[in-house]
Amino acid sequence: MQTLALPTYHADASNPRRAARAMADLAAGLSSWRLAWALARLDLRNRYRGSVIGPFWVTLSTAIMVVGLGLLYSTLLKQDLTVFLPHLAVSLIVWNTIANLVPEATNCLVSAEGVIRQLPLPLTTHALRCVFRNIFSAAHNLPLIVVVFLTIGRVPGVEGFLAIPGLLLLGLNAFAACIFLGMICARFRDIGQIVTNIMQLAFFMTPVIWRVELLGENAWRLYFNPFYPLLETIRGPLVDGGVSVGVWVAALGYSALLCGVAAAFFIRFRSRVAFWV
Amino acid sequence: MASIVADGLTIEFPLYHVAARSLKKRLLAKAALRVRTDESNRVVVAALRDLNFTIGRGERVALVGSNGAGKTTLLRTLAGIYEPVGGELTVKGEIGSLIDPGAGMDPDSTGRENIRLRGLYRGMDDAGIAALEADAATFSGLGEFLDVPTRGYSAGMSIRLAFAMATAMSPQILLMDEWFMAGDADFMGKAEERLASLVKGADIMVIATHDFGIVRRWCTRAIRLNAGRIVADGPVEEVLGAMEAGTPLPAPEPAKAEG
Repeated sequence: MQTLALPTYHADASNPRRAARAMADLAAGLSSWRLAWALARLDLRNRYRGSVIGPFWVTLSTAIMVVGLGLLYSTLLKQDLTVFLPHLAVSLIVWNTIANLVPEATNCLVSAEGVIRQLPLPLTTHALRCVFRNIFSAAHNLPLIVVVFLTIGRVPGVEGFLAIPGLLLLGLNAFAACIFLGMICARFRDIGQIVTNIMQLAFFMTPVIWRVELLGENAWRLYFNPFYPLLETIRGPLVDGGVSVGVWVAALGYSALLCGVAAAFFIRFRSRVAFWV
Repeated sequence: MASIVADGLTIEFPLYHVAARSLKKRLLAKAALRVRTDESNRVVVAALRDLNFTIGRGERVALVGSNGAGKTTLLRTLAGIYEPVGGELTVKGEIGSLIDPGAGMDPDSTGRENIRLRGLYRGMDDAGIAALEADAATFSGLGEFLDVPTRGYSAGMSIRLAFAMATAMSPQILLMDEWFMAGDADFMGKAEERLASLVKGADIMVIATHDFGIVRRWCTRAIRLNAGRIVADGPVEEVLGAMEAGTPLPAPEPAKAEG
């Protein structure tokens, strides 16, 4: 026993080695993904405890939204329903995923307060739990996309697979958002409210219900909205047969920005979170 | 060899929600001993101040002192939950902490599911989790209740389960808060036996407690904390004797006034 190297915990306030410790947190959190996975499944199960159709309420409410908004806005915006409905279905599902994730991200560390103050777990685990939970929840909408495509009879070709990198990018951004928003909202409790307001506004500013073409020559202004390129990388391949390079450049740029800010925050303030929650 | 070395260890808790200036002034005026403002003008409470100690293999250390002396904060710092604001801390050896038995328990899950969850919290593999499940199931003696959501447990049953899960380990460094001394008498006999073997197996034990009986029976050394400082450190009888004789504490030094 003595010959084995003992696990050593060393903390030195005058030499905090913040970057190394943040990396260790990330590595430990990612390698124990099974814990985050199990916790996310528990969250979802507990949320719908006693409910007959459980998480399929997500599917049902999205379906009702798609049909209702589809009929109304295809008339209002004078769009062909067979073109508009696939657009709306994919947009709404992606948007709902983002809109559900963001408020949960603001809360992901505060709600784990009891665990953070009692068990030395990597913070990454709490962020990952939030991401997994939202992935599980969003996955219940997938059948809906299939149903819409089959009913309309406009099944995307092979280029539809190009939505996969977009989905992965969304997952990465979700994780960065959980770290960043989770930390900043643990420290400043008002940010959560501000974020909720921004998300409401963003729903109308992002081409979820309306189509980009309606903006005419002002469409370039959409690039100032970070949600647009993220949404478009997934929607484009599924609905419009592909996306422009510009959209991908913007999506990658905004993602790099978010990840950079999240990483900087994580490195600098990770050790303070136990005092904040 | 397992060891704990603290050198100038300091922990300060920021009080974030006393932003109002008048409230801040009142707080500072009343409790100038431990509350102060730091360089960025936040109100901070000095929870642990400049602690120096070395705990070596075989030592059984009791942390004693009145409420708010910093015992639990020190335990949590040793467990790696709070990172020191000042000074240095080195803990060599695998740590097992019995600080809060209920942490991470899900009331909507059954006892068995909670045991598996605890295994995941500890980063165990499938074999380890299966062993933990078998061990905790037998020891808790909950029988068929293991498959009932823990929300429906009585207080005593919850403690049995929490105790069984928490103590199913063999760490080199054992950190304990005094919670585990609560429980029904029938269970305590069984619990003590198990705790004794846990303590015997550990290289180092650190326990925070108010109960001098426990200290005398289990410990070889006592560290007395007061207002975040070590005021006495030595063999159990020496420290407890002085406490019982009511030796007055040295007047606590006021916190450095920077703000």
